[in-house]
Amino acid sequence: MLASGLSELFLWLFSSSKDYNLLSTRVPIQGAHLMRMDPNPKKPNISTPDSAISNGSTHTYSSFPDEVLEKVLSLIDSHKDRNSVSLVCKNWYNVERWTRTNLFIGNCYSVSPEIVAKRFPRIKSVRLKGKPRFSDFNMLPRDWGADVNPWLVMFAKVYPFLEELRLKRMTVSDDSLEFLAKSFLGFKALSLSSCDGFNDDGLNAIATHCMNLTELNIQDNVTEDIGGGWLSCFPDNFVSLEILNFASLNSDVSFDTLERLVSRCKSLRVLKVNESVSLEQLQRLLTLAPQLMELGTGSFMQELTPRQCEDLEISFRNCKDLHALSGLWEVTSPYLPALYGACAGLTFLNLSDAALQSVEVSKLLAHCPNLRRLWVVDTVEDKGLEAVGSSCPLLEELRVFPADPYDRHHRHGVTDSGFLAVSRGCRKLHYVLYFCRRMTNAAVVTVVQNCPDFTHFRLCIMNPGQPDYLTNDPMDEAFAAVAKTCTKLRRLSVSGLLTDLTFEYIGKYAKNLETLSVAFAGSSDWGMQCVLEGCPKLRKLEIRDCPFGNAALLSGLEKYERMRSLWMSACNLTMKGCMLLARKMPRLNVEVIKDEESDDSQADKVYVYRSIAGPRQDAPPLVLTL
Amino acid sequence: MSTPQEHDYIGLSEPPPLEKTSDKLSTSCSSSKVSAENEGKRGVLNLKETELRLGLPGSKSPERKSVNGVSLFGTDLKDEGNNGFSQSHLKGFVSGAKRGFSDVIFGCEKWGLCVNGASEVDFGKNDVLFSPRGMNGGSKNGNNLQSCLSSVKEIGSNTPVKPVEGKKNENGATAPASKAQIVGWPPIRSFRKNTLTSNLSKNGDVIGKSRSGCLYVKVSLDGAPYLRKIDLKIYGGYAEVSSALEKMFTCFTIGQYGRGLSGQEGLTESCLNDLLHGSEYVLTYKDKDGDWMLVGDVPWEMFTDSCKRLRIMKSSEAIGLAPRTMEKYKSQK
Repeated sequence: MLASGLSELFLWLFSSSKDYNLLSTRVPIQGAHLMRMDPNPKKPNISTPDSAISNGSTHTYSSFPDEVLEKVLSLIDSHKDRNSVSLVCKNWYNVERWTRTNLFIGNCYSVSPEIVAKRFPRIKSVRLKGKPRFSDFNMLPRDWGADVNPWLVMFAKVYPFLEELRLKRMTVSDDSLEFLAKSFLGFKALSLSSCDGFNDDGLNAIATHCMNLTELNIQDNVTEDIGGGWLSCFPDNFVSLEILNFASLNSDVSFDTLERLVSRCKSLRVLKVNESVSLEQLQRLLTLAPQLMELGTGSFMQELTPRQCEDLEISFRNCKDLHALSGLWEVTSPYLPALYGACAGLTFLNLSDAALQSVEVSKLLAHCPNLRRLWVVDTVEDKGLEAVGSSCPLLEELRVFPADPYDRHHRHGVTDSGFLAVSRGCRKLHYVLYFCRRMTNAAVVTVVQNCPDFTHFRLCIMNPGQPDYLTNDPMDEAFAAVAKTCTKLRRLSVSGLLTDLTFEYIGKYAKNLETLSVAFAGSSDWGMQCVLEGCPKLRKLEIRDCPFGNAALLSGLEKYERMRSLWMSACNLTMKGCMLLARKMPRLNVEVIKDEESDDSQADKVYVYRSIAGPRQDAPPLVLTL
Repeated sequence: MSTPQEHDYIGLSEPPPLEKTSDKLSTSCSSSKVSAENEGKRGVLNLKETELRLGLPGSKSPERKSVNGVSLFGTDLKDEGNNGFSQSHLKGFVSGAKRGFSDVIFGCEKWGLCVNGASEVDFGKNDVLFSPRGMNGGSKNGNNLQSCLSSVKEIGSNTPVKPVEGKKNENGATAPASKAQIVGWPPIRSFRKNTLTSNLSKNGDVIGKSRSGCLYVKVSLDGAPYLRKIDLKIYGGYAEVSSALEKMFTCFTIGQYGRGLSGQEGLTESCLNDLLHGSEYVLTYKDKDGDWMLVGDVPWEMFTDSCKRLRIMKSSEAIGLAPRTMEKYKSQK
């Protein structure tokens, strides 16, 4: 809303500053003149509605000093808007780079620390992403890269007042964490999502040295066993913590230390503990911190006396501000009612660590009418999803995870009927992640008719290449319907038996698609070509085990520069094809991860991404940059 | 079970007894046959047996009790999540031996058949990491999955393994029978797999199952990249636990021990025992007080009461672990 208002403002600014060049001779923005780009007046390099005016017409004094522009631009948070702003003209580029405080880098190798340091002098918060998403599924060698250290070194030099660092899929060593802890005095927030490489020592350093820490958020931790001693490293006078999430660490923390920490951090609003915290202990924590807004419980498996149960119930009821709940490891039905008191206000319920059955979840959801986001395990089965449909009309996001991904217990899981049931009851659904063993075209078609506002549609039929289980047809029709009906679709993951037809439809209709994940699908190069030619907003394309070859790869030459990245593994690519791509598009990094025992001419895993930093220097031996 | 193929694959020479049984096995892979094969193999190179298990798991020697959820490729396994890890460990065995395409496909077919009739030995439940080789890419017929089988790789390699032909895609194909595990598929993160599988085993199908019915503790092996979890309550005593752990972690110990022994037939079952309980490793546990103790000193019940965590550590590191006496325990109660 702010953005649209601002874009009108920009238009106005545009039209009223008759001569952009005049702006550049105004009083320089605080120190900017030292870093200013070429001060000589030049024509703006983008044609504008008012370009006619700026072409040699009389130069009117513009009432737009840089200070105003600066003020206006500093209100913009969205990095996408900022990127657009910076393209307007040199002056705007300058003002923008001086007012940007939040840095977002979607692919750490697309740019180098040096380039970033030169362009943005005043960064307070950084979000950095490293490895391609398939590293989550063990498809990358362990030492692939994405080490945060070079970035930290640069940050320490150029951004001594850095406050926030949010990393995703990066390698973070203990040394890096220690360096971080000691280099930034005002450091406040550390968030590590799917990161690896660190251990006790790193966390110890953070806890010890970051005096002003407000957030320590470790999600989906990939590292090995981490001890629990780090919690004890927070000094006794440390009180500033607002967000603490160590749910995915398997450390055994000292409960005494945790208790004391929670009791003295009065601003704590997010607390997500790990399995080592028992129910009884949780109850004590809740008593100390009823102001919590997001809670991740510890293990729910403990024999409680009736009195203890009551206490637990009361504690939950007293958390009036609780809107997100997760954890619940090993929760069993006798203890679920303890939660009921806190459910009315819940908007996010994450049951993905609790393999609940349909009856249990039905009872629980009956108390959660305000849910917007729900994550469950497929042990709830279709019946449980029916309960979702009937109890949670405001639901916007549903994720169903498989309890038994390798089908060892032959469980029923969820199917097309559960999906239908949810779509009937939850018309506002726009995000779905659904792991199932069977699906029909008809069901999906109906689902998207019921919920046409999908922005994220990730359907994973777990058996690769499985057709519609009723008709035995390919699942083309299903995804065609998704592409056609869901005009706002931004992210799509396809599965099941699919021919090129699916991709024709996607290319034809999915005009807002930004991320596409494909596995075990397609019939020929044509499929991939359709997507590359048809989806104008495509940013990330990840493909595995599909019959797409060099022709398909090379059909997207110019496209890849407009995308963040392309991943293709176990397809029909050869080294020759990849080398040709690398040669033709010098601004792309084409990396091939060699499989040790395979044919030298085959390109097993290919990762292509645009970069202004050139080929990276830190690739391990198995990764070849062409 | 196609033993000979596995041997070819691994590159070790086949001991005579196994060859005799191979013909029998090549025609069927029923569990009874497997037991017969195991009988024949018992006492012979356990290294091979273990490797076989790793290659095509499921065969358990009769004297080893089939403990629920404990076999290396059995039910609740953390290592599925780390497919890449288990495969890289298998590399130690594979030692670069390439598997003949026809061998594998032949073997695959049998697996496809076997899997459907899941037996107690339950191949179907196990993660078969075979990898047909040589199916050249570029087959652009309408058969999608067929054409997807272009980059088939060795088991030992850290790349996608193709499912059995049971999944070959004729349009009439129903849900594929294969339980083959493909790297990175389904696309779930490892941590999620771990929690869920252990949850699943605990909760089962019974609502409100007894909360005190299980006692899961983590087991780590020094040097292994990932931990395991076992339910102490299902064991009757130390012998069972140690046997189970031994099976669970065999691949690691073999990996370290077996490299120098490739092709040698001297490694017997007792040697494995020694590995775990003798010179190489000691089994320790962490008790309620947080102290690391040597397993085996106290009565079993006491042990399960106080054990929080297990660790198989190298003997060299186990210096200083004092056995705890009954008296000390009692005095602390």
